[in-house]
Amino acid sequence: MSTNMIDSTLPVNVEKKESKLAKIGQFREIGLLAFIIMLMIAVQMRNSSFLTIENMTDMMTNTAILLILAVGMMLVLVTRGIDLSIGATLALSGMVVAQFVSNHPQTSPLVAILMGIGIGIVCGLVIGGLVSFLGVLPIIATLAMMNIYRGMTYMVSDGKWISSYQMPENFVGIATSKILGINSLVVIVIIVYIVAFYFIGHTRTGRQIYAVGSNPESAKVTGVSEKKIFLLVYTVMGGLAGLSGVLWVSKFASAQGDTATGFELSVIAACILGGVSIAGGAGKLSGVILGAMLIGILNNALPLLNVSPFWQKGIEGCIILAAILLNVMVKRGVEQNNLLRRRV
Amino acid sequence: MTSKIEESYVHRRLEAHRPLTAKHVFLQWEWLLVLIFVGVLVMNTMLSPYFLNITSLRDATMVFLDKSFIVFPMAFIMIMKEIDISVGSTVALSSVGMATAYNVFGLPMEAAIVVCLVVGALCGLFNGFLITKFPELSAVIVTLATMILYRGIAYIILEDQASGNFPEWFGFFGWGYVYGVPFILIVFVGIAIAFGLLLHKTTFGRKVFAIGHNDVTSKFSGVNVKKTKLIVYTLAGLMAAVTAVFLASRMGSTRPNIANAYELDVIAMAALGGISTAGGKGRLIGTVIAIFIVGYLQYGLGLINIPSQTLMIVIGALLLFAVVVPKIKDLRKS
Repeated sequence: MSTNMIDSTLPVNVEKKESKLAKIGQFREIGLLAFIIMLMIAVQMRNSSFLTIENMTDMMTNTAILLILAVGMMLVLVTRGIDLSIGATLALSGMVVAQFVSNHPQTSPLVAILMGIGIGIVCGLVIGGLVSFLGVLPIIATLAMMNIYRGMTYMVSDGKWISSYQMPENFVGIATSKILGINSLVVIVIIVYIVAFYFIGHTRTGRQIYAVGSNPESAKVTGVSEKKIFLLVYTVMGGLAGLSGVLWVSKFASAQGDTATGFELSVIAACILGGVSIAGGAGKLSGVILGAMLIGILNNALPLLNVSPFWQKGIEGCIILAAILLNVMVKRGVEQNNLLRRRV
Repeated sequence: MTSKIEESYVHRRLEAHRPLTAKHVFLQWEWLLVLIFVGVLVMNTMLSPYFLNITSLRDATMVFLDKSFIVFPMAFIMIMKEIDISVGSTVALSSVGMATAYNVFGLPMEAAIVVCLVVGALCGLFNGFLITKFPELSAVIVTLATMILYRGIAYIILEDQASGNFPEWFGFFGWGYVYGVPFILIVFVGIAIAFGLLLHKTTFGRKVFAIGHNDVTSKFSGVNVKKTKLIVYTLAGLMAAVTAVFLASRMGSTRPNIANAYELDVIAMAALGGISTAGGKGRLIGTVIAIFIVGYLQYGLGLINIPSQTLMIVIGALLLFAVVVPKIKDLRKS
């Protein structure tokens, strides 16, 4: 606030050129899409098995879980928070549900999914309570809970794996079955995104999330309960992580103590690539979809290009860093142009 | 108006000369820590008959003190209301750098240690550079990105191999004694005193506190905020490299996946030591006690074969405890 006021009283150098970087901001989604298409063409030229229907459906189902989690992470980031615990929440819900269905093979898939969501919601509620009622910093609260949930996963499983032969067929079928000819994972993603699209853009609570993120003080003045919003976003995030846990275990047909370790970083990366602002208040579902798709394509294409798997992490780190810095530059450019416009 | 200013002046003077009543001496976070520490020792003694003898207590320090070097610069960073979660990756990258310098480039071990320290300091410097150059970005996200990046580079260099074959004298760092005292303990005491003096007795330390209280006002009162942050982050990288030297020496080799989740332990120790995550508050003596609490707790639970995954829960719970207890006090006040 105070720095803004000081800046606007300073004489503005009118000679300054308009920042070209700001234009990237206007065409972010199209730019990202163009980049994805270019990347796909480049990969296809190196390896012709990339653009086959088989590989494409493979990629879609592999990216599905990332896409689901990215919605929740977007909401958390919009409120200026962060959630590092989702990998652990995912593992915990996956493990508990896998143990339950292996002991009760008659469980219907729907019950298993609801169970996973329930566990995730409880996990998320704990974090939301810490952040909203006790005022713990999101990074500290989720770092601590990440380890607690991960430790609980190991305790629940006693260090053992649940493998595919212990799981009933209809449970594994959650990820492999088809609804109307489309893989059910993809169907679930579409449902999640339709609900999220309506919730974020067309309900009062959805808009309040953005209000809290873009300006907490004025949101408070207009009567938005910050605590309620924080509790809500972390709970939604937890619920989605719980859902993903069931899908993950069903898809890979195994539940382990170290399931999805570090997956939260990929999710955050997808959001940042998709243009979700770390400073809060900004983020679009379309951007998040593209960001997650880009990560999914990279994960799929790197092995096809014979890139050593050990390079993957380094490449991911570089991309995230580049995306963050590009975001900042674009934002600076936009602000500089706005300043110029005000003078003229 | 004038009376108000006078009032605040008087108030400030009183703050500066805190009265030495029994209430002020004993109602402090550090005493709670001492109590917890005694509790941990008592619990461990009851759990294992092998715990409470001087050799075991002394040798345990060799196992848990390595990560404690990072706690001090992390305390500085948290006092400045920032955070650094890339320290674990910095440990991995600098130790991999050392092993590569020694095994691949054939440098003498002394030079390899210098390489390790330089790599660590550079990692910290890069964090600091990004954070000061782009103040819009939170430290969380910058160090999150570099956390992935540094670990990724370590994987690119070593893949999944271990690299070791260090000369025999290098083991002294991890296992050596000087007059019956573990070498690592001596280094720890030296570094603790140095950081304690830096934070509490120098203008640099006052600047760190000032930035934590309010970075805008400290900027306008002539504190070079960027320079201070840059120095502190570089120190964090350097201390991570010191950790890397001791860790590699103790293990005899290094891998890209070492020091995983060290950031949690380090942040937990600092928070437990009374460093407020809201910035501007904390004393290093608390972190020293906290280091020994966490260390002996891990050691004691290890003695009775508690799996390391359960220890994760304990550390996470300790971190929450340290962060939540002061908040509850605040809530009651309001």
